Amino acid sequence: MGKKVALTGNEAAAHAMRQINPDVIAAFPITPSTPIPQGVAQFIADGKMDTEFVTVESEHSAMSACVGAAAAGGRVMTATSANGLALMWEILYIASGSRLPIVTAIAARALSGPLNIHGDHSDVMGIRDAGWIEIAAENSQETYDGLIQAIKIAENKDVMTPATVFFDGFDISHSIEIWEMEEDKKVKDFIGEYTPLYPLLNTKEPVTHGAWAPPDWYFEHRMNQLEGLLNAKEVVKQVGKEFGKEFGREYGLFEEYKMDDAEYVIVAMGSVCGTTKDAIDSLRAQGVKAGLLKVRLFRPFPYQEIAELLSNAKAVAVLDRVSPAGAQGGPLFTEVRSALYDVNNRPPVVDYTYGLGGRDTQPKHIKSVYEALMQIVNTGKVEKQFDCLNLRGTWG
Amino acid sequence: MADKLLNWNEVLIGATIKDPGNSKNYETGSWRVEKPIWNPDTCINCMFCWVYCPDSAIKVDEKGNMAGIDYDHCKGCGICVEQCPSKPKSLAMILEANAKNKTEEDLRKELFSK
Repeated sequence: MGKKVALTGNEAAAHAMRQINPDVIAAFPITPSTPIPQGVAQFIADGKMDTEFVTVESEHSAMSACVGAAAAGGRVMTATSANGLALMWEILYIASGSRLPIVTAIAARALSGPLNIHGDHSDVMGIRDAGWIEIAAENSQETYDGLIQAIKIAENKDVMTPATVFFDGFDISHSIEIWEMEEDKKVKDFIGEYTPLYPLLNTKEPVTHGAWAPPDWYFEHRMNQLEGLLNAKEVVKQVGKEFGKEFGREYGLFEEYKMDDAEYVIVAMGSVCGTTKDAIDSLRAQGVKAGLLKVRLFRPFPYQEIAELLSNAKAVAVLDRVSPAGAQGGPLFTEVRSALYDVNNRPPVVDYTYGLGGRDTQPKHIKSVYEALMQIVNTGKVEKQFDCLNLRGTWG
Repeated sequence: MADKLLNWNEVLIGATIKDPGNSKNYETGSWRVEKPIWNPDTCINCMFCWVYCPDSAIKVDEKGNMAGIDYDHCKGCGICVEQCPSKPKSLAMILEANAKNKTEEDLRKELFSK
């Protein structure tokens, strides 16, 4: 049992970084993740951690400095949001391609324009093909726990892949919640020492990082990289179990909420899952068999496990906190729907975009989703495959 | 070029290279469109070509003198010809297509005997 504290999601991330005490943090401030590097800078100034904090002139430089520090052999972390993450984009691929286990905390935020600084998943969904491990946190506790686990997952010898833990901007980043902080030493022991594979600073065994791979080599290296990313799935499960053993909070690839006999299922990620659980509780009191599949690991996407779980449902709704941007649905929807293609019992799957740019999503909106699922099952017809929650005006 | 083209599950993680300097094994001479020819008769061994060559493709003998061109790595950029200060120039470019099946001696005669 840790110590109960009342702190924001950003403070949870900053405290995780303090306890992890990485060799280097290079970061540039951007709303709503600014309090993370700010908190880290304060901890360093107060002598509570001895991380080398590199102040840079942009997020592009922040991730570049992280890549350099990680190639040198350091344990490296950073934090960002939205346009800052977008500016890192080019270097994210270099980090994953170079197999550098950098861990990034992301307070997920809408991308401009129009200019908006509030929560949605546009930033984290924008980097879904960058070869990073992506772990969604519902709340401050999961943010703190997730960052500690992410270090161990990313640095696993079979993985050696950068990881991000994302939590919803403002909804979580700026909300004070009660969560448990573990003892510094226990966290330190849990993550252990990091031994880099080919550190540049080891002059006894000189190596080259970031070399050119022409057409007769690039393909092989990219597939070698993919294997590391895919290996993360088993390691996420293993580290989640170890974490549970040590601290009493076990984690897996996803969380099942009242899924055992669920007929109407919502699939979602992030803080909306808390709202959904509340809605489920009141629907269950009325006898509706509602359930939630909360996806924790988005990359690599555990499509087989998710398909298996959903094949027992009568109807499924996926909540995407991004615009489908011209695809059949949001990224979570297309993943889930594609995964279900291989199972014999395929329930109808619909998609909702919600919460763009910090738009509120309340239990009544979630209830409307379950009502739509019940109507699909009752009528046997899907009237709308895609819809929006809490949007002014009728979509489609 | 490495001895063997490795499979995806054999390559080193992160495209890391454990044997630095192995770019020497990667032959880039086939990229050439034009080929430089060296004339030792007028060369003054100033080594400007060696300084300027972006591919380290100027050969040097044990005395530190110009010893010819490494055609396995020379990409045919022509910088050596541009900066050669001897009068007449001791380096000249010829299209690879026109150099085919000719010895270096033949090409020297063709380019420098005028």
